[in-house]
Amino acid sequence: MNIVVPIKQVPETTEVQFDEETGRLIREGVAAIINPFDEYAIEEALRIKEKLGGVVKVITMGPPWAADALRDAISMGADEGWLATDRAFAGADTWATSLTLARCIERMGGYDLVICGLKTTDGDTGQTGPEMAEHMDIPHVCYVSEITEIGDGRVVVKRNMDEGVETLEAPLPLLITVGKDINQPRLATLRGRLKAKKAEIKEITNNDLKMDPKEIGLDGSFTRVVKLFEPEVPEAGEIVEGTPDELAEAILVKLQECKVI
Amino acid sequence: MKVTDACTGCGVCVDVCPFGAIDMVNGKAVINEACRACGQCVDACPVGAIVMSEVEAVDLSDYRGVMIYAEQRGGRVHPVSYELLGKAQELAAQLSEPVYVVIVGSGVGAGAEEFVRRGADKVFLYDDPALADFRDDPYTDLLARCCKEEKPSIFLIGATSLGRSLGPRVSAKLQTGLTADCTYLDIDTETRLLRQTRPAYGGNIMATIVTPNSRPQMATVRYKMFPEAVKVDHPKGSVVEKTVDVSKIRDRVKVLGFEEAKEQVSISEADLIVSGGLGMGDPKGFELIREMAETLGAAVGASRPTVDEGWIDYRHQVGLSGRTVRPQVYIACGISGAVQHQAGMKTSDIIIAVNKDPEAPIFKISSLGVVGDLYEVVPRLIEKIKEHSGRA
Repeated sequence: MNIVVPIKQVPETTEVQFDEETGRLIREGVAAIINPFDEYAIEEALRIKEKLGGVVKVITMGPPWAADALRDAISMGADEGWLATDRAFAGADTWATSLTLARCIERMGGYDLVICGLKTTDGDTGQTGPEMAEHMDIPHVCYVSEITEIGDGRVVVKRNMDEGVETLEAPLPLLITVGKDINQPRLATLRGRLKAKKAEIKEITNNDLKMDPKEIGLDGSFTRVVKLFEPEVPEAGEIVEGTPDELAEAILVKLQECKVI
Repeated sequence: MKVTDACTGCGVCVDVCPFGAIDMVNGKAVINEACRACGQCVDACPVGAIVMSEVEAVDLSDYRGVMIYAEQRGGRVHPVSYELLGKAQELAAQLSEPVYVVIVGSGVGAGAEEFVRRGADKVFLYDDPALADFRDDPYTDLLARCCKEEKPSIFLIGATSLGRSLGPRVSAKLQTGLTADCTYLDIDTETRLLRQTRPAYGGNIMATIVTPNSRPQMATVRYKMFPEAVKVDHPKGSVVEKTVDVSKIRDRVKVLGFEEAKEQVSISEADLIVSGGLGMGDPKGFELIREMAETLGAAVGASRPTVDEGWIDYRHQVGLSGRTVRPQVYIACGISGAVQHQAGMKTSDIIIAVNKDPEAPIFKISSLGVVGDLYEVVPRLIEKIKEHSGRA
């Protein structure tokens, strides 16, 4: 089973702050990590490989230092790390990113299954996975909570929807997105870290892909960010302290005021 | 984003870039892959050396109308669809364009009529027994087909689990932009473009996004953000049946079964919500939360960390990564109030917070902040509510 896991390097904290004087984001001292949802995707890939054999390849698109995220994935047990890096890829929205990643994956040798985290913690869109599947012309299933059967060119999965859980059967190759309920990701071992340190990261640039400059990066993006701003915060009301009985009374009075009791 | 030869290497752009996307190489600014095209460097450059890359203009005048996707399961229309219709009417009025609805399913004609009663101009209906269950493949095909035929300038889809799977696939097929999980939409009066505003970075930042050169301008829209469209006095619209040979549409994923959630949690619709957070210290805290919720006739909510810890089912999760709620009263117990939680509940009419920590961020947005131990306060409150209802 050849499994590809596209991952992304994201800031460790989403609690970015604005500089009140300049109105800009403060980003100094924020470390970069693997998008937390992607760790569940890597774990699921490793479990399938342990059961059925095969290769787990991770790929990311980003600046040269995004290779750190690939090494983290290799230290968990992934076999190969691929880095799509080219200034021409800069400024890509989810459409251009998914198209670039799709073209990369097609170059990385055959694949049976692509597993993505269901979204990233910085962009929060969850769009890149399904868009990639469309570009690769393979089916996709989002929010997979369990793979119940896999093999013979097909998979049976459970998908979490708002109203309940669906059981679906899909042919391979397939792209799935997974959330935090699918497994518990393993920690890297010392041996894994040593292996990751020495691992060769394979780079892909647009010299390899030869994509039309109009399809990649900012020029290949249909959306434009025109404004970034801090969300409005409702005003704080009254703060009360006192004995538990006084506090319970304060809440009761408020509930009466709102006419909910 | 392009840097011209005018660059003096002053480094101002490096400081203003929110994404760390500019490096100084041999005394010149160079934009790297982290660039998100926000344009802050263009404004900041003292010598005007950074320019937005030009994109070829496409003739977009063929596209008219605001279309929404009417989501349904088993013939029951998801209420987010009526919210989308309400918003679409507002946007369409500004643009002087018609409002369209597209509905896909089996036996959904009655559902289609309801959109006419609520003021839609045209409801495009794809009704076939083979379309009963939602599957990404045929639904994508039909929505893309409908957009190609009807050419709406805007296409809105609910940001439900279904919409967030379907939307990206449709936008990729139509080769157009899609903005995820929008919480605010309006029209730029000058350009007539749809301004799509959404939270990012766990709700810490709001971004306004446009789709200037491709159509339709697509967005998925968060549930419970806009009021529903109501019935109009003299509906003038009509249902337009679209016939297609569904057997010829590619359909790769089979639905083998559906198990409805054991506990029907309807926090999205609830008027009263009692929520528990990690501050409860123990999964058993939810027993107390449930007791209080029962006493009040409220729904039970939860913060993300409690769901991550496995204390409660994810369907209870309130916040950016869970549900958005807008109850009359939201009672947060032992919830510190991370921005991502706030993003899902701060539009509640009244917020009451119980927390031991007087510095908890939740107090900054609470109508009533109660500094105390929830295990002491809540049981007394339950007694008091029972006494009160006994008297009433």
